[in-house]
Amino acid sequence: MYRIRFTDHLILILGALFLCMPVVVAFMTSTHTAADIHSNGLSLAWGDNFIATYEKVLTQKGGFTGDITGARMVMNSLILGIGFAVGKIVLSMLAAYAIVYFRFPMATLSFWVIFTTLLLPLEVRIMPSYQVMSDLGMLNTYSGLIVPLLASATGTFYFRQFFKSVPEELLEAARIDGAGPFKFFIDILVPISRTMIAAIFIIMFVYGWNQYLWPMMMTTDESFFTLMRGIKSILQVWVGSNIPDYNEAFALAILAMLPPVAIVVIFQSWFIKGLTESDK
Amino acid sequence: MAYTTSQPQPGGFLSRLGFGAGARKKPAVAAEEMKRVQFTSPVLPYLFLFPQLAVIFIFFYWPSVQAVSSSFYLEDPFGFGSTFVGLSNYTDVLFSAEYQSIALFTAVFTVLVTFLSLSIGLLLAVKADRVIRGASTYKTLLIAVYAIAAPVSGLIGMMIFDQHVGPFVKMMSYFGWHMQVGLNYYDTAFAMTVVAVWKQIPYNFIFFLSGLQNVPVSVREAAMIDCRSGLRRFWTVVLPLLAPTAFFLLTINVTYALFDTFGIIDVMVKDKPANNPVTLVYKVYADGFRGNDIGGSSAQSVILMIVVFVLTIFQFRFMERRVHYN
Repeated sequence: MYRIRFTDHLILILGALFLCMPVVVAFMTSTHTAADIHSNGLSLAWGDNFIATYEKVLTQKGGFTGDITGARMVMNSLILGIGFAVGKIVLSMLAAYAIVYFRFPMATLSFWVIFTTLLLPLEVRIMPSYQVMSDLGMLNTYSGLIVPLLASATGTFYFRQFFKSVPEELLEAARIDGAGPFKFFIDILVPISRTMIAAIFIIMFVYGWNQYLWPMMMTTDESFFTLMRGIKSILQVWVGSNIPDYNEAFALAILAMLPPVAIVVIFQSWFIKGLTESDK
Repeated sequence: MAYTTSQPQPGGFLSRLGFGAGARKKPAVAAEEMKRVQFTSPVLPYLFLFPQLAVIFIFFYWPSVQAVSSSFYLEDPFGFGSTFVGLSNYTDVLFSAEYQSIALFTAVFTVLVTFLSLSIGLLLAVKADRVIRGASTYKTLLIAVYAIAAPVSGLIGMMIFDQHVGPFVKMMSYFGWHMQVGLNYYDTAFAMTVVAVWKQIPYNFIFFLSGLQNVPVSVREAAMIDCRSGLRRFWTVVLPLLAPTAFFLLTINVTYALFDTFGIIDVMVKDKPANNPVTLVYKVYADGFRGNDIGGSSAQSVILMIVVFVLTIFQFRFMERRVHYN
């Protein structure tokens, strides 16, 4: 086969360095003190301020009202990530079940109505979405953070494809045994979808955890800030300060990237499969 | 509970669109058949569909319709109603010099980000497909940063390009380039592009690598016999086989550069967009929220919707071609 050359490895090593170095630098620098970083620049060596920095970021009350800690932001991000993933799975499994397993006049129309949402990303309808939320009084609530993000067809699409690949014989057999739609769904479809549900859960969790624009608009009350929103406010505090808290900003960035990076590395094969083979 | 045998239904055109964030790789070819065996019930399907449809109507259709309708109105800044102004919001936007320069920057930014992240992703995938020793380590390292959120990468990028502590800025100053990210338009644009490319490479890498690994061994072996030059073999055999993946990634990357880079840009311009490069999506947000120009912002939203729509049509055209490749 191919002769593997030295340059092949060189290019790969350079690529890996280019992609991973910024993250390593961010982590290593976060273990130094702000003054140290200010005079010596970013660092690749382990500093001795690791515990102090992270303890401060997680527990010190900050913000304008002084009642938001890093730990609170981690919790809010978790609520958003898990709430979004669970909501998405429930809504989309039900909708996909109706579309695939039922014969009813509005099936094609419902299908279209749901799948049109794939066309327009949230970013292009930000303003009116904000207005709708404020009309409904859902600003600064967890449901306001989570529910509007569920208005897309991604999960429904996954489950629809999956349900279609389920052998017909299963339903026929279940019918013969006298199972109705509820029994079939709960006793057969949900158990055989377990792997699929897990895969969608982690993909959607990362998606929810990483949301930026929506939480930024929806939350003005600091007790609802997520980590992503916290990054924005730590930068706003910087303007005008003599020695910016570089270490704290990096620590916040590390906290914010920890779950997504860990999930991608641990569930690598699932993630790649989910991405590249989702619509077979 | 009765059940019937249904006719094959026309497969939705949109079913080929795939998962918004990325799974548009393989189009579902031809009309897919629905289940042969189905339940019938007068209420149950509607009951199951209701939650999803309710959320979509309230949070997708209602705002989208509002965006279109308020783009024809001029909102009173003091909240005393609004007046119908026809298309003047659109003409104001399209003929403003500021909008045109932002549109130009967005176009250049999109082309650069797409081209660079696609070519680097392809190069790394080709190399990773070849090596045997350390293959899985390389793969892990190359995709590890895939899911890092845009604002987080923006923050890290800001540090690397920081005037006081940034290592890249220090390095460049030896070559006489004194970067001022955040102050100098072109320096900021450079930094933004690097960060946006950095974040997108792993995605392209994943798809190109899986595309390469789907090339049958027999094809590779035949190519080895027919063509000894590695580079020529790549251009004449491997690249055409990868073309469908590349077309798919092209639209994904354009969408990414247009919309998903918002977090990077918002973090890197630090609320001072005045003399910094921003993209069209950022302007929709800035005009709507900071400027309180609802009509203008909505008109811009509608213009972007049209861009997305055209992109989708474009994608379908290539999807059709893709079927022939398979």
